[in-house]
Amino acid sequence: MANKAYQRVYTQLEGITKATVSLRAKGVSNDELAVVAGKLAQVVRTKGDLVTLQIFSGTEGIPTDAEVVFLGEPPVLKVSDQLAGRFFDAYGHPLDGGPEIDGEERQIGGPSVNPYKRRQPSQLIPTGIAGIDLNNTLVSGQKIPFFADPDQPYNQVMADVALRADVDKIILGGMGLSNDDYLFFKNSFEAAGALDKIICFINTTENPPVERLLVPDMALTAAEYFAVDKNEKVLVLLTDMTLYADALSIVSNRMDQIPSKDSMPGSLYSDLAKIYEKAVQLPTEGSITIIAVTTLNDGDITHAIPDNTGYITEGQLFLRADTDTGKVIIDPFRSLSRLKQLVQNKKTREDHSQVMNASVRLYADAQNAKTKLENGFDLSDYDVRCLAYAKDYARELLAIDVNITITEMLDTAWKLFAKYFSPAETGIKQALVDKYWKA
Amino acid sequence: MKTTGIVTGIVSNLVTVLVDGPVAENEICYIDLAGVKMMAEVIKVNGKSASVQVFESTRGLRNGDKVEFEGRMLEVTLGPGLLSSVYDGLQNDLTTMEDVFLKRGEYTDPLDREKLWDFTPIAKPGDKVIAADWLGEVKEGWLPHKIMVPFAFQGEFTVKSIVPAGQYNVDTVVAVLTNADGEDVNVTMTQKWPVKVAIKGYKEKPRPNRIMETGVRVIDTLNPIAEGGTGFIPGPFGCGKTVLQHAIAKQGDADVIVMAACGERANEVVEIFTEFPELIDPHTGRHLMERTTIICNTSNMPVAAREASVYTAMTLCEYYRAMGLKCLLLADSTSRWAQALREMSNRMEELPGADAFPVDLSAIISNFYARAGMVVLNNGQTGAVTFIGTVSPAGGNLKEPVTESTKKAARCFYALEQNRADQKRYPAVSPLDSYSKYLDYPEIEAYLDETVEPGWVARVKTAKNLIRRGKEASEQINILGDDGVPMSYHVNFWKSELVDFVILQQDAFDAIDALCPIERQRYMLDLVLGICDKEFEFEDFEKCRSWFKDLINVLRQMNYSPFKGEDFYAYQETVNQMIA
Repeated sequence: MANKAYQRVYTQLEGITKATVSLRAKGVSNDELAVVAGKLAQVVRTKGDLVTLQIFSGTEGIPTDAEVVFLGEPPVLKVSDQLAGRFFDAYGHPLDGGPEIDGEERQIGGPSVNPYKRRQPSQLIPTGIAGIDLNNTLVSGQKIPFFADPDQPYNQVMADVALRADVDKIILGGMGLSNDDYLFFKNSFEAAGALDKIICFINTTENPPVERLLVPDMALTAAEYFAVDKNEKVLVLLTDMTLYADALSIVSNRMDQIPSKDSMPGSLYSDLAKIYEKAVQLPTEGSITIIAVTTLNDGDITHAIPDNTGYITEGQLFLRADTDTGKVIIDPFRSLSRLKQLVQNKKTREDHSQVMNASVRLYADAQNAKTKLENGFDLSDYDVRCLAYAKDYARELLAIDVNITITEMLDTAWKLFAKYFSPAETGIKQALVDKYWKA
Repeated sequence: MKTTGIVTGIVSNLVTVLVDGPVAENEICYIDLAGVKMMAEVIKVNGKSASVQVFESTRGLRNGDKVEFEGRMLEVTLGPGLLSSVYDGLQNDLTTMEDVFLKRGEYTDPLDREKLWDFTPIAKPGDKVIAADWLGEVKEGWLPHKIMVPFAFQGEFTVKSIVPAGQYNVDTVVAVLTNADGEDVNVTMTQKWPVKVAIKGYKEKPRPNRIMETGVRVIDTLNPIAEGGTGFIPGPFGCGKTVLQHAIAKQGDADVIVMAACGERANEVVEIFTEFPELIDPHTGRHLMERTTIICNTSNMPVAAREASVYTAMTLCEYYRAMGLKCLLLADSTSRWAQALREMSNRMEELPGADAFPVDLSAIISNFYARAGMVVLNNGQTGAVTFIGTVSPAGGNLKEPVTESTKKAARCFYALEQNRADQKRYPAVSPLDSYSKYLDYPEIEAYLDETVEPGWVARVKTAKNLIRRGKEASEQINILGDDGVPMSYHVNFWKSELVDFVILQQDAFDAIDALCPIERQRYMLDLVLGICDKEFEFEDFEKCRSWFKDLINVLRQMNYSPFKGEDFYAYQETVNQMIA
């Protein structure tokens, strides 16, 4: 960024930590950007004329006589239709060797939508994955994370979901993405011929962690441009929000703030909510849907990051390796889409919710049978049938490599019911059994 | 002259101001950011330096920016037209804002100043009145909205004049009062009141002595909440807090419902906007929205206003209580409010208490819960504010400061259990951990004896005992195996399942089952306890299991059928034959 002629240059830092520097300066505004020894920084605190700056790329090598220039405004993104098909870094600079974007400058992290101006989400987002469409149907305007251990293929599933979803724009915010995963996303988008509707803001593991803090706001500012100004359906992918939260804790720690649970900042809930609540169904056709990834430590959802996330998002999709089939499945017990009832049986076939409940209940009975087996108790005939059903159900419906329509999912479920159970054992309403039972 | 100041420090929404005159704790000030006036509240004063929390984003604010102090605390505007409104935490009307995005410094009027109301006088010239006495009445929806002597008036007044019945807007002077010194004061239909001060203006606050019906069996039957009582619902995410809260909002037997969405999801509020106007109040047959006010400070709205939102909501309830109405306040979630307190305390670098919450958290929570209650007004009529808050315990662990502090303050505890939610046993209120202290009140016991049936509380305790015995039996069965325990263990277990499936569980999405009036609750509890009183013999545990499963199925069908209808009695007959 170019320095303006009249701007004062400061050259005396009073303090340096790993993530922040402080100096005496006048007329500085809150949240404004500055350049410190060529590195981008942002004002996070002023106390009298003592200003604290957070340095996005870390303070390594910054001397006490570093040149500091204040830029007078908070981080901005230039928005226009030229964003489509482009790859950017966390500051919104092109990563793909293409030209800078020509467009209107918008401050990132802008104001919230008036809740009264929202509409109730009502459009189904089909993904072809039965663990999602059948059991945890997604709706546009929803915000939902994948909860997954680091060894799960969450980025692959997310790329599949994005490419199959019927949306106008896909915006990827990559935080602490490994270079391999970055190239994976790039290649899958290219291979699908979808590049013209993709926009990526990428911070890889090679980039400094604090830079990540800019990525969600950049991605969502671009999303708001397309959803609000252009009335488009926008899907935002954020991976990995756990690494974003880690970056928050680094900064708050350097600012000597008192940590709360799991050494996370006390404001973690508000910080995450500001991002996720950007998901919206606007009164026009425009919408922003957010699918995120929160990596877990050994499935622990009581850690502050997944815990706060769960209170904010509209459900979660839980990835788990199924030992019976050797496949990765979407766990039907711990996953939840809070908005599913807004589309099930309304935008899908009338038997959807009943089939979903019955299939999950039978799968739960299979889990009980499995526990009995492990404890050395005898299995009843019903238990044996449940176990066989569970295997088929996991392979044909829960596995993430399934790609069929919702009607096919429902038909598959009816087929499995008929194969292993009597209509009464499924507990489905008689009228639906009469119509759909595969004798 | 107003006190003014300049900004000297900024950390997020905590701003320090150098002041040139007196300032008060909780005083409101406006910070001028390039022409945009942002509201803020004083939370600490140190010499000439005041710390204020700003109710907006402080982006772009500079040291040296000007601040004007208002000489008043954060206030709400009270008057006809509050019901069916949608406000933010500072009582700005969200429906009259034009932009899709919320704009900084945009403050809208909470009341429609033009609308004409049908006013009928109650007081007459010459009457002696004091603060909160009724001067007149307008119809707000179907509710009699009393126009009162402003709560801030001190001492006795004489009514000098009052306008005749007719149509007036809220700013019309409807009465002139003369104070003890002979000075005349004008009274309009609207007044202001600081939210952090409880509205008194009543004669006494007796112990609650009746039950507020919610139509939810696990509350009304097992752990009833009193009219004017307090309760709270803690639970991990995904346990059905919101569904339960919405059920209470739809069915609660109250004249006025105020819902404070405090730091929660915006789409949940959208659900209320979208559905409530369609729904009918089961007690009056009127549209639910007509008796509902929504205070909405969702999780992405400014944090400081989150704290204000619960106080704003409580003040509106107290206002309607002073009219002799029954109000229900639902706040979702008080944990978010506590977190807002924590964020500020942290920025002020106060020494932290447990989990970095401020040390006075417990006191703040109990003061707030104490504002609920039933009151006897000066004219002998009664009004009530019943308060139910939800708590979102971190990691689902109930041993955390907000849950523990709330437990000390609230009289009813509805613990939502992950385990029950996983098994889809909704509402997932734990039957053994939850409690209502009102069941121990002799006046409540007497009330239940009279309105439900004699000996009701003893029957409720019997039901709880059945569940406890069933739990013990189930633990033994799990350890020793189905064959390793005597048959009586199986019978005890299945009796508790009977109570669980028929009384505790309730389908909030079923048109019939969602709302269960107390008369129906009595009928079903008596029926279930009658069955449990019997001794049963079974050849083996498989027979026991299938017999009870069939019985439960029939009883559940009764829950799904219209009360005392043809189907209901048909299922009752099946039950009679099974237990004969």
